[in-house]
Amino acid sequence: MPNSRGDVWTLAEVRDGAIHSVSWELLAWGRKLADKLGSRLASVVLGSGVADKTDSLIHHGADVVYVVDEPELATYRPDAYNAVLVSLVKEYKPEIFIASATTTGRTVMPVLYVDLETGLTADCTGLDIDPETKLLLQTRPAIGGNVMADIRTPNTRPQMCTVRPRSKRPLAPDANRRGEVIVKRGAAADLASIYQFLSFDREKAVGLPIQDAEIIVAGGKGMKNPKNFALLEELARRLGGSVGASRQAVDLSWAPYSAQVGLSGKSVTPKIYIACGISGAVQHLAGMSAADTVIAINTDPDAPIFRVADIGIIGNAMEIVPKLIDMCPGGCGRKGGEAR
Amino acid sequence: MRMAVLIKQVPATENIKIDEKTGTMIREGVEAELNPLDLHAVEEAVRLKERLGGEITVISMGPPAARRAIASAIAMGCDRGFLISDRKFAGSDTLATSLTLAAGVRKAGEFDLIFAGERATDGETGQVGPAVGRYLGASVFTYVSKVASVEGGRIVLERAVEGGHETVAAPLPALLCVVKEINTPRLCTLAGKMRARRTEIPLLDAASLGIPDAKLGLGGSPTKVVRVMYPQITRNGKIFSAADDPDGAVRAVFDLLREHGAIEEATSDAE
Ligand SMILES: Cc1cc2nc3c(=O)[nH]c(=O)nc-3n(C[C@H](O)[C@H](O)[C@H](O)COP(=O)(O)OP(=O)(O)OC[C@H]3O[C@@H](n4cnc5c(N)ncnc54)[C@H](O)[C@@H]3O)c2cc1C
Ligand SMILES: Nc1ncnc2c1ncn2[C@@H]1O[C@H](COP(=O)(O)O)[C@@H](O)[C@H]1O
Repeated sequence: MPNSRGDVWTLAEVRDGAIHSVSWELLAWGRKLADKLGSRLASVVLGSGVADKTDSLIHHGADVVYVVDEPELATYRPDAYNAVLVSLVKEYKPEIFIASATTTGRTVMPVLYVDLETGLTADCTGLDIDPETKLLLQTRPAIGGNVMADIRTPNTRPQMCTVRPRSKRPLAPDANRRGEVIVKRGAAADLASIYQFLSFDREKAVGLPIQDAEIIVAGGKGMKNPKNFALLEELARRLGGSVGASRQAVDLSWAPYSAQVGLSGKSVTPKIYIACGISGAVQHLAGMSAADTVIAINTDPDAPIFRVADIGIIGNAMEIVPKLIDMCPGGCGRKGGEAR
Repeated sequence: MRMAVLIKQVPATENIKIDEKTGTMIREGVEAELNPLDLHAVEEAVRLKERLGGEITVISMGPPAARRAIASAIAMGCDRGFLISDRKFAGSDTLATSLTLAAGVRKAGEFDLIFAGERATDGETGQVGPAVGRYLGASVFTYVSKVASVEGGRIVLERAVEGGHETVAAPLPALLCVVKEINTPRLCTLAGKMRARRTEIPLLDAASLGIPDAKLGLGGSPTKVVRVMYPQITRNGKIFSAADDPDGAVRAVFDLLREHGAIEEATSDAE
């Protein structure tokens, strides 16, 4: 298929009726790939009432936006989403199709690739184009980040993968960028669904879900009790961050499972990860060692968490965390600043 | 309720050690175990059996040693097991694995509910569950955190997604990939272990599944691993002792947070 190479596609993600920022991160990856291939970059948006919200995708790097705007797509329904995407892919034949490794992306793609009989690589942290073969080079961690593998999909199209959120910054938006918006109708047969969406129960946690957070204040068993653990919530609130936890802290019910970081919890990639009273077991490191900057507070100088720390403080978290809280008295930083 | 559980045998993660000098994983002599996240799939099936009655079939694809993982699931309360194993399956990626597993599930019987784990702790793709569900034409649910009801051929359940939990419903048969928060797995009882020992675990090989060779194993896998690296996860950061230099440590953190815009300049002036 050397001459008629298709476009690079990204799957935009719609949450609460708006384009979510992970969609822009994907476009930053996609832009690099499309430029290396000399092809166009397209973003696919499925949803209801989204047709007039696609500008941000073009501003963040898309040349083309395919929109399927139908009431049936208001919530994620696996069968309808899949049928609509299969139809689009068969019509336009993209070379590469990438989605975010969110709960939606990690459900949409493993269903879609079965129908398309192609390869799918999970949770990539790096993407590139091989200069010789022009194939997509997909880099992903496995076995708790202890192994990194480079994977290719040589013979089938599209080359598909999910990409770990926050593995790349969005490009700076350019309001003057122009692109083509192609609005497609979903075929009735494609939109029919056996799934019924009943309700959504929003979690009352401090800050964003940890996968989306730029700053995570995480605690482990070393925080000793739930009252001390609440100190971390206070610090997170003031820094505009979210609270994470080790498995021990989750098992002790100091934090919900959705806050668990590690092998059997979430993989997170914040700018700053503050680990308080966490020993740094390999299973925990598996979920956080890709953070940009790690700050660790632990009484044990030999705690393995110090091996991955940029700033380590050997000391009592119950003394140090309050000092950190005092650094921003009225609540400060990005989120806190707005609240003032 | 006719239920199946897909389980995988993985290297035991608590035994993973990191070589202090090279910062890489030591793989020699690492024992195998049932994928810890699959324990929750087994447990949920057993709980539903206790509530609604029925039978649970455990299915695993892997080397003959994976029989041990199947036996431990039977010891937790499952009824029968199948091992899908053949040299021809070697090198399967998630697509070939899912195709093979789906064929194995069909061979093992008809099911209303099929359970899988969120992901395996070795490959960590989380792709096999939904893909098997797609091959089987079942309703597919990922990140299932609670089964609310199974009634009149319809399942209502909760999914743990970013920012909260959604409640959704679909007809049976359904494939559920469950997350850890759904339950706390039970320990095997002695009686369960005895029963497991008496339970025969039939083998399903490539010939019995009737999949063309071209779709099996390495040859049937669209993705190819071209390189494996062992990254070093050591950072050599600056370590402070709070006892010796309490303010220096906090000051360093403060500067870092301010650099990242997490703390505003004005605040530092006020200090
Ligand atoms: C299959 C499997 C999967 C797992 N998955 C995960 C996972 O996803 N996430 C995860 O986190 N773990 C996971 N674990 C568990 C992991 O092995 C560790 O048990 C866990 O991470 C330890 O949590 P912790 O650091 O909070 O507790 P501990 O290891 O008990 O560490 C507590 C730390 O607090 C320090 N401390 C004590 N007092 C203070 C004080 N006053 N101030 C500061 N520090 C103090 C101690 O020095 C110690 O280092 C998994 C294990 C297995 C087997
Ligand atoms: N070889 C296998 N045999 C049986 N079940 C499997 C196998 N591989 C994966 N699974 C199931 O699919 C889930 C996701 O695995 P994975 O896609 O490898 O992360 C696991 O938790 C298992 O329930």
